[in-house]
Amino acid sequence: MNDETIAKAETFPARFTDKLLMGMSWAEYSKTLITPFNIVAMIILCVGFPLIGLRFYKGLAAVTHASNEYPWSILLGWGLFAGVPLSGTGYVMATAVYILGYKKYHPLVRLGVLTGFMGYLFAVIYLLIDIGRPWRIYYPMAVSFGPTSVLFLVAWHVATYLTVQLLEFSPAILEWLRSRRVRKWAVMMTIAMTIAGVILSTLHQSALGALFLLAPGKVHPLWYSTFVPVFNFVSSIFGGLCMVIAVSTVCARWLRERADATFLTNLDPLTVGLGKAAGIVMFVYFVLKLIGVAHDDNWALLGTGYGSWFLVEILLFVLVPVITLTVGVKKGSARIVRFGAFHAIAGIILNRLNLSIITFNWNLPNHFHDIVPPTKEALIVLSIITFHILLFRWILNRMPVLREDPDYPEEDH
Amino acid sequence: MAKTTKKCPSEAEGMGNKAHVEKEAHVEKEAHVEKEAGGGKKGAVSRREILQVMAAAGGAALIGSSTEVFAEGKFSGWPDRRGMLTDLTECVGCRACEKACNQANRLPEPEVSFDEKSVFEKKRRPTASAYTVVNRYPDSKSSDKPLYRKVQCNHCNEPGCASACPVNAYKKTPEGPVLYNADVCFGCRYCMVACPFYVPAYDYDSALEPKIVKCTLCYGRISKGGIPACAEACPAGAVTFGKRSDLIKLARNKIRRTPDRYIDRIYGEYEVGGTSWMYISGVPFEQMDFPAILPEKPLVEQTKGFLSAVPLVLTMWPALLTMCYAATRNKEGKE
Repeated sequence: MNDETIAKAETFPARFTDKLLMGMSWAEYSKTLITPFNIVAMIILCVGFPLIGLRFYKGLAAVTHASNEYPWSILLGWGLFAGVPLSGTGYVMATAVYILGYKKYHPLVRLGVLTGFMGYLFAVIYLLIDIGRPWRIYYPMAVSFGPTSVLFLVAWHVATYLTVQLLEFSPAILEWLRSRRVRKWAVMMTIAMTIAGVILSTLHQSALGALFLLAPGKVHPLWYSTFVPVFNFVSSIFGGLCMVIAVSTVCARWLRERADATFLTNLDPLTVGLGKAAGIVMFVYFVLKLIGVAHDDNWALLGTGYGSWFLVEILLFVLVPVITLTVGVKKGSARIVRFGAFHAIAGIILNRLNLSIITFNWNLPNHFHDIVPPTKEALIVLSIITFHILLFRWILNRMPVLREDPDYPEEDH
Repeated sequence: MAKTTKKCPSEAEGMGNKAHVEKEAHVEKEAHVEKEAGGGKKGAVSRREILQVMAAAGGAALIGSSTEVFAEGKFSGWPDRRGMLTDLTECVGCRACEKACNQANRLPEPEVSFDEKSVFEKKRRPTASAYTVVNRYPDSKSSDKPLYRKVQCNHCNEPGCASACPVNAYKKTPEGPVLYNADVCFGCRYCMVACPFYVPAYDYDSALEPKIVKCTLCYGRISKGGIPACAEACPAGAVTFGKRSDLIKLARNKIRRTPDRYIDRIYGEYEVGGTSWMYISGVPFEQMDFPAILPEKPLVEQTKGFLSAVPLVLTMWPALLTMCYAATRNKEGKE
């Protein structure tokens, strides 16, 4: 692992502990952990994790609605269907910087890749809790193939892309571990991995929409469109861009000491730049959604209750954020752009929940009663979100993500 | 061997009796054909299999165009596949089929006995412990007598569940039944999302070995020449087992001879590419909660367009992106 002198090798465990504790002693480190945020987080985990245990002890029936009509609940509606488009951060940032040559966004690449990697990792965690026999999760890859299935494609791609993103992020891990030689290999793969990432993302982001094409008559016609794979792919682009804005905003506020001057001074202009790109893509998406209605001639449905809900989604949660982003960009205000970005993220979550849960089985009696998640399931989701944040912060505290390691300058990339 | 021994239902009128005789003749005939046809089923290749081969070839992009050629070939299903015909005008709601199914498949004891009629107060669906259930509906034609509908897997010709399954756990057998293999299933439940008839049930109560549960069309019995337990048990002659093509003829004859009794439609003849289990009814099917807005094409057609774009993206994207990268480098070189 480390290529410093052999004489130092036997002290490696000690040095590794030192890295984990960020140079502090156990006592010092433990003290820094006692913060109001951590205490609240601990309480949530103490409630949520036993409930995950309950799922593996008494079955999904103990924590979810366990409905035969609604096989997918918020565990997947939130964790997979909303989580994956918001994890498009890695491929959009890497493409912008490495393929399209927008070098000035370099300070945000690693944050994008890490956000993406963590998003996929946690999508898999939600999946492992939800599926019946999680230890068989590799079956589509090795045991029994169902290539007519869109989910077969999703399984392969999510697994492959998780690996690709780990490789994309590995330079940061290797810098943290001071492994110069392995890092050089990792950096050499950057372009290939970026291209692989775009291909995989194009396919599985759209596939997550295409999954529902198999259920005509169950998904409401306003959301069931031949174009749904395109909608999902395009929205993952601005979803990724807006998530980079959101996550960098949060980091600049609460992890300021982990960021370097380059990151902090460039953040506002870069945010405006990302907002510009997001606004354009989002406007394209808005037009595509209208074309979707026109293509299926669903105009009449806009007058129904579900039509109003559709209008709420595309006007209040797509068009309004587009306007906010545009105003922010015109005024050069990172603050306004950030508002727009958070709003756009809410819009993507709403869209994915609409597709996978809210309008799924819209014509069954008692529909609205059956889609409200039980408390236990909501608590499981809350605890996983909390764990996600804690792990994310753990990495940002240690590895060079918001800052550049002075020993490994940018020219190497 | 495939014999239908049916008691005459009390309320069946003269025409109904004729239909029964006729049906028996059909079923007998079918049994003979079955013997002779034994080996001749292998020639047919399903679209599903072809798609599998194509998708396996994934990387080779230009195959995208030939997928079209192959997939457009007409496959009208296994020629000798069996099926069932439910005559909804005959069903008396006795639940004998539920009981016979429960026993034949060694399913758990029900909470309330099969003689209990109060279960009709709620609409039920197949569950992890019941392959089939009977529901009651008011008859829009006569107010004094209700209608009953038996619900179970319809054994589609090209099943949505099979198209959905990422581990190929479902199989449409040449004999007709759609079978599920729990040994490869990891419990994603996409089949339940895809099934247009809300059939596959999942045993959510099992923590570590949950599986999908659904009707097997008594595959074990019919492959030995028997008939499904529910059809055997039905005292009203509402459920008939036979070769699907014969059942369609039988249904047409019934509708033609007693047009007042039936609406002119066989549910399952064309829905989602046709099903092995079909229905004839005296009232519009929507009134008995049959899914009304289903495409006539098999469900696999809904995702075919998307899946055929996959190899194109896999091959063209790397080329396009490398070109973008090269263009950027080139521009930087000039500056």
